[in-house]
Amino acid sequence: MSQTVLKEHASSPAAPDTPPAHGSEFLYYGLRNKKLVFGLGLELLLILFAVIGPIISPHNTTDFFKLGAPPSAQNWLGTDSLGHDVFAQLADGIRESYLVGALGAISAAVVGMVLGFTAGWRGGIIDEVVQLFTNILVMIPALVLLVVIGSYLNTRGILFEGVFIGLTTWPWVARAVRAQTFSLRSREFVDLAKLSGKRATSIIVRDIAPNMASYLFLVIILLFGSSMLLAASYDFLGLGPTSMASLGVMMQNANLNSALFYHMWWWVVPPGLVLTAMVAALLVANVGLDEVFNPKLREQ
Amino acid sequence: MSELSVHEVSKLYRGTARGGGFTLALRKVSFELKQGEVISLIGESGSGKTTLGKVILRLERPTSGAVTFGGKDIATYSQRGLREYYRFVQGVFQDPFSSYNPIYRADRVFDLVRDVYFAHVSGKDWNDKIDAALHAVALNPGDVLGKYPHQLSGGQQQRLLIARALLLDVRVLVADEIISMLDASTRVDVLNLLVSLKRAGLAILFITHDLSLGNYVSDRTIILRHGAIVEMGATPEVFGNPQHDYTKMLLSAVPELQKKWHHTALGPVAMPVSPGAEPVVRRDLRALLGGTRAVSSGKSAVALTLEPPVLHEFEPGHLVADAE
Amino acid sequence: MSVTVANLSVAYRSHRGDVTAVDGVSLTIADGEIMGLAGESGCGKSTLGNALIYLDPRMKVTEGKVALDGRDLPIADSKAMRPLRMTEVSLVPQYALNALTPTRKIRRLVTDLLKSHGVQDRDEVLTEMKRRIALIGLTDDVLGKYSFELSGGMRQRVTILMSTLLNPSLLIADEVTSALDVSTQRAVGEMLLEFRDRGYVKSVIAITHDLSILAQIADSIAIMYAGRLAEKASTETIVNKALHPYTQALIASLPEVGVRHDQTTLTGIPGRPPSLVNPPAGCRFRDRCPFAVAKCAETPPFEEISPGHQVACWKVTKEASK
Repeated sequence: MSQTVLKEHASSPAAPDTPPAHGSEFLYYGLRNKKLVFGLGLELLLILFAVIGPIISPHNTTDFFKLGAPPSAQNWLGTDSLGHDVFAQLADGIRESYLVGALGAISAAVVGMVLGFTAGWRGGIIDEVVQLFTNILVMIPALVLLVVIGSYLNTRGILFEGVFIGLTTWPWVARAVRAQTFSLRSREFVDLAKLSGKRATSIIVRDIAPNMASYLFLVIILLFGSSMLLAASYDFLGLGPTSMASLGVMMQNANLNSALFYHMWWWVVPPGLVLTAMVAALLVANVGLDEVFNPKLREQ
Repeated sequence: MSELSVHEVSKLYRGTARGGGFTLALRKVSFELKQGEVISLIGESGSGKTTLGKVILRLERPTSGAVTFGGKDIATYSQRGLREYYRFVQGVFQDPFSSYNPIYRADRVFDLVRDVYFAHVSGKDWNDKIDAALHAVALNPGDVLGKYPHQLSGGQQQRLLIARALLLDVRVLVADEIISMLDASTRVDVLNLLVSLKRAGLAILFITHDLSLGNYVSDRTIILRHGAIVEMGATPEVFGNPQHDYTKMLLSAVPELQKKWHHTALGPVAMPVSPGAEPVVRRDLRALLGGTRAVSSGKSAVALTLEPPVLHEFEPGHLVADAE
Repeated sequence: MSVTVANLSVAYRSHRGDVTAVDGVSLTIADGEIMGLAGESGCGKSTLGNALIYLDPRMKVTEGKVALDGRDLPIADSKAMRPLRMTEVSLVPQYALNALTPTRKIRRLVTDLLKSHGVQDRDEVLTEMKRRIALIGLTDDVLGKYSFELSGGMRQRVTILMSTLLNPSLLIADEVTSALDVSTQRAVGEMLLEFRDRGYVKSVIAITHDLSILAQIADSIAIMYAGRLAEKASTETIVNKALHPYTQALIASLPEVGVRHDQTTLTGIPGRPPSLVNPPAGCRFRDRCPFAVAKCAETPPFEEISPGHQVACWKVTKEASK
């Protein structure tokens, strides 16, 4: 950017009756959008809890207490059938769930965007190949794949689960990115960038991607939510990482130990409720964000 | 001395209409553009004029034929060669607003050029260059620098794009319908700017569907129809003494302030042959490229081959095609 | 059978405040008259035309009335206008090329239209439509096609056909020739003339920035600038004897076929139209007018200088009173 040029002319007043500059416009509407504020606020609270929870928890997950005790002053959310403090497990579990969610979202986003941009920009045979690849991957049931791969591995870690989720959910990122790239690449400002001698990667990164920025943002948020849910379901089925506590594992244990039958609601409800809150807050924020980015959806 | 030479350029598109088929956008178009010359390329929608502009700017590749610049076929350029080409040959398009990336400020179009061509030029020298270019297009730097595209008028946007081209050593400008989206009062300013640039030695390919604009500004005129040249020559001759029926039809249909159309009351309006019918040629690709057999489609009223109608010299410099 | 617009003002809300897009416009259109409404982008001509049939919910009528055939048009009340649309007042909108739903065949679009207006005898109307299709030189199979199968010009003409099928008193044609080729422009222009001559429509308001087209088809031309009327007169007067400086400048900037740059240099109009959020007081053309004087800080009245010729300009008023 010609910084000097901008500085020289920064004092010239903006033309009348024009909308405010882009960044501040989003901020203006964003802060006024109830869904975004609520969703984001709740999510941030949960993240805060994930960070400080294990610190403020008076006990560790490995401490033993009375088996199956209801919530009390000593165990804020009671204990499970094995005598572990539920609150401590919850605090740890949220953290793990966020980690896996982030890992899954990032790997899916990276793979999906690279393939999507390449296919959308180049078109032709490369596009066909990527589409073929995408379609094949979509058809393979991820659960079955996880079972098969999992049976060959002795131990599974968070990294494995996160990357696996990423590598099985990137297709719909790629499709969305490809479609947007297709429509954007025929715009005249892309032609102008070509006429300025710019290379393809530069045009994709500087001209095309920023025009999809709001869309990409929304996609990543959705990925985050769905990764967390997927991880929890895998954990619930016992296909998760072999050596950690997460919300899904908590729910699995609660199920295996017939917690509901024994009226141990403090073991069953919290993990499910918290997981629901984590994902729902994201989705609500997402809807709000969509309204902020897309002026036509705003209610005046 | 020729700047740019277009030799038998053809462009075939795979059809997107129902039923597939091919579209012949350009059929062996040939002409030369000389230094300081303005050629108006006149045609209606579907004539192929925009495609020709894109082929010359190497934004599209011709199916056959070649565009030569400085004696070299532009299709053979490497990435670096292409960059050099763009130093001399630039384009400005119809919709000024969409040439700008809306999330950046308008003067980013200058920065794009700077990054590639003037990376070693100092800040102050660069600003001087910008000021000079803006001055050449009669824009006040204070009015346009630092603004977003939506804060500028169509005329300002268009002139800024021309200024961008002037930052390079442009010798050929492809102006594709650059006037049509501007208001009447700004059109004239941009037109007069083109005239002054022409007088300074710039060669311009002025693509338009508006005959009166073409007549005002150009030295030679090419009339394009269904991807082929039907008439070509010095502007006063083509407009003053049109030979091809299509040219005559176009001239008679132009609304003028002083002359009224000859309106026949009651009864169907006589429709000229061309409008609407999109020439879609089906199937026989080999026959098309082989070039001799006429392939007619059910939809089109005109049977098309790759071979354009033959051009005859009616008078020196004034070429007219046979009826198709 | 005429249209009377009395002191109409239309405003819409933006985040910078209220924008008065149409400011105190008064005009009359006689029965059978094609009036051209010309001006540059942002002058309010589209807003004016659209306000007569459908008020965008973001807009409101702040002042004035409109009467059609002696009866008041309830333009501010969308529900009350519903039965009048298509039957009394009809619109061919800007960008009508894309106004036809692409997933239905034309015949279906027509029958849907007729159904929604409570037309009982649809077959008879369809027969009439076929007659009119033949009139403009197209063939019946147009009815069996989808809109994307037709060229731009054909779509435009089909849209005009559909808008005039119920013989409205007033047709508002918003930039119907703008995106078309020269030959199709002529076909559409002649179509409007033809329809008026045959009585399919009574009066037409042709909104465009192209004065040359209006010179062909319009009986009178009204020139708008920055939300107000600058001049209105018969076509012949506007083209040859325009009095308002803006009109004169517009006419002077039109390149005619045959005019070359080495013979005449055309001149444009320097500057830009004023912002309508905070319009300047007085005559809005003042800043760009070569004849502006101190008096122009007062808004000139839009008054009749000679029979059928109205102008809003102090210079003109002064010279006429001499």
